[in-house]
Amino acid sequence: MSDYKLRRSLLYVPGNMPSMLQNIPIFNCDSVIIDLEDAVPLSEKDAARHLVKRFLMNYTDRNKELLVRINPLDSRWGYEDLKVVLPAMPDGIRLPKADTPEIVERLDTLLTEFEEELEVEIGRFRVLPSLESALGVINAVGIANSSQRIFALAFGAEDYTASMEIERTRGGEELFNARMRVLWAAKAAGIQAVDTIFADVSDMEGLRAETEHAKRLGYTGKCLVNPRQIEVVHEVFAPKQHEVDYALQVIEAIQRARQLGTGVIALGGKMVDAPVVKRAARVLRTAYAHGMVDTLIDEEAIHGAQ
Amino acid sequence: MALNSLGREIPDSYAGKKLVPYRDPYSVSPEGNVATRALRRVNPGTSKRLSSLGEAIVASGLRDGMTIATHHALRNGDFLLNAIVAELAQLGLKGIWIASSSVHPVHAEIIPHIKSGVIAGFQCGVNGLIGEMASRGELSCPIVVRSHGGRARAIMEGSVKIDVAFIAAPCCDEYGNMNGYFGPSACGSLGYAQTDALFASCVVAVTDNLVPFPVVPISIPQTLVDYVVTVERLGDPAKIVSTTTRITTDPVGLQIATYASQVIEVSGLLKDGFSFQTGSGGISLAVADKVRGAMGRGGIKGSFGCGGITGYFVEMLEEGLFASLMDVQCFDQEAVRSIGRNLAHQEIGADFYANPFNGGAVVNRLDCVILGATEVDTSFNVNVNTESNGYLLHNTGGHSDTAAGAKLSIIVAPSIRGRLPIVKDRVTTVTTPGETIGVVVTERGIAVNGKHAELKEELVRRKLPVKEIGELQREICKITGTPRPLEFEDEVVAVVEYRDGSIIDAVRRVKG
Repeated sequence: MSDYKLRRSLLYVPGNMPSMLQNIPIFNCDSVIIDLEDAVPLSEKDAARHLVKRFLMNYTDRNKELLVRINPLDSRWGYEDLKVVLPAMPDGIRLPKADTPEIVERLDTLLTEFEEELEVEIGRFRVLPSLESALGVINAVGIANSSQRIFALAFGAEDYTASMEIERTRGGEELFNARMRVLWAAKAAGIQAVDTIFADVSDMEGLRAETEHAKRLGYTGKCLVNPRQIEVVHEVFAPKQHEVDYALQVIEAIQRARQLGTGVIALGGKMVDAPVVKRAARVLRTAYAHGMVDTLIDEEAIHGAQ
Repeated sequence: MALNSLGREIPDSYAGKKLVPYRDPYSVSPEGNVATRALRRVNPGTSKRLSSLGEAIVASGLRDGMTIATHHALRNGDFLLNAIVAELAQLGLKGIWIASSSVHPVHAEIIPHIKSGVIAGFQCGVNGLIGEMASRGELSCPIVVRSHGGRARAIMEGSVKIDVAFIAAPCCDEYGNMNGYFGPSACGSLGYAQTDALFASCVVAVTDNLVPFPVVPISIPQTLVDYVVTVERLGDPAKIVSTTTRITTDPVGLQIATYASQVIEVSGLLKDGFSFQTGSGGISLAVADKVRGAMGRGGIKGSFGCGGITGYFVEMLEEGLFASLMDVQCFDQEAVRSIGRNLAHQEIGADFYANPFNGGAVVNRLDCVILGATEVDTSFNVNVNTESNGYLLHNTGGHSDTAAGAKLSIIVAPSIRGRLPIVKDRVTTVTTPGETIGVVVTERGIAVNGKHAELKEELVRRKLPVKEIGELQREICKITGTPRPLEFEDEVVAVVEYRDGSIIDAVRRVKG
């Protein structure tokens, strides 16, 4: 899947708070998840979805990806959330409690129906399923492949630990297997993997450690509960200068190789071939988002002319 | 009535003085000599001690219509100005002018004495109720708002003549040597009082902490002091230098701070020798925190931190990030403790700090200053004096001085304040002219003044949200709507003097 959109930071914003919705445009996270689910009390479910709709309709100069976390489809609010919010054109839906492929397929069908009704391209509304229970984690592989709309799998540790009847610890050892299973499913399906929230807003060192851990495992982004967390997460996901320098050398080397009619070349005594080029390209795309390089690397540089 | 170069209507004269309309920040040249005062002689064996403020007022020769001054280093904890004015009333004096370095909300106590004619007017800006009542037409007293550098300039050139300076001296000996470092009312730097001590016809040291001769270190020496008076308390220690100096945790404020610190990094100024000033606000401190991080990471050694000094800057000094601090005023207790302990924490007077008419003030050596704003307009003019309701509520401080001096002046402000847009077509009052403002940073974008074209280009290249200031205004007004303009009467309640003595704006009585 050639979806290279950066999703380092996905910020939750409560859907029932105008003062916070109003500030969505100003934060430099990659995506926002406007929450109609857990952050919104039952008495405000209806008001919140209309508020979110109005906000989205007025937010014309969109500068980040906008997802809406709806209530679970089997709740009495899930369908109504879609009905009210989709005409305001969010980019996608974060689906809570995506425990089985069937639940995602059901959302897929509903989205298709809305797309037909709204006369927009089928597949326009993307889906980010939350794997946040033992069942969801076990079904990760099936879920990852249950819809073409899915661009990433999100791991939700808070609900997951609740479903496991365990406490979430600062070190997070209890999450390791689940994190890996979600990650394998995502990587195998060729989509991104988004790590869970870090709830303690005042503990920046804890956030940094957990994000570094997730990045080392292979996660490409993290969900956030406060804008103050964006900076740390971006710092962690930012490529190091030496990585960028090396990636630029790799691209230059492979372009030289192509001129020579080969797909393999040595750089500083190491072989450069397709996987190395691919990794370098990913580093440079992230570097571009961080303003560390001036131009986006084009596909031809990576794969060679057809 | 004349228009100055910013299109502001300036009266021909005010409080009996002819006014010069503002033209530009740098071209006014001073004429003549530094002001003088009479020589004096104090023979051996003479005591300077007097037993009360009342006695000191009599001894000083203060008469109706004369001018007194105090300094504002005790900030909103100051007892002295209120006590002096009460004595003036007791002694039956009338028409006295106040030329203090600033007046705080605590001094609302003197309002009855303004009404009764004891106090005639203010040769200084005012914070709080006095300005508000003047703006509503409920108090009739001329107010000439001056910056810190402008006040030093006015005193030195003699356009403001202080007859008696009452200097709150937290640590003082019987011969008048003093500093502000120690004692129950310690306030740190006595920077604003230094000009007064040099130029007032009579200098009265007032202390609640008389120590054996001689006080060391000496901030203001005995040679400048005529009388020494002891009082019970100079101020309320809980309110002296008690500005809350904490980094903001508000995500909007932090976003602004992040952008501001990125602007500084991109500007190329952040290298060895970097000099920096911020205020004590939560956003300013957040900028300082980020700059501190960047300096630490880059191994950058700054030359000096300047201005009102906070504990934050003290930490940077002690970490070796700055070689020195130039301190005209301490903003918190940590700064007070530091000035008595760190040799590189240098006390400076207001003249040294910011006067445009001397051999070159410290502000001229600033790389970067972070400043706040109540309003900014599309010509980058900044207002910190009047609020959105048109009331004169704040003094200028060092705003226009540092903006004029620094290589890069950065305004940090939330785009929306109390439902109102921060960017306007025209600010209610111009405190600081747009030509001395480099960059305006809000959470919704960064507006760069045209004179910094290279910086702007580089910020765009780094993908920071650079916007034309008009575009920023439109974006904000899309959320807030465009507020109805305030309405004013013709009556001028205050004039705002630019640091060079020209008049940059006039504050008028609010209608209704």
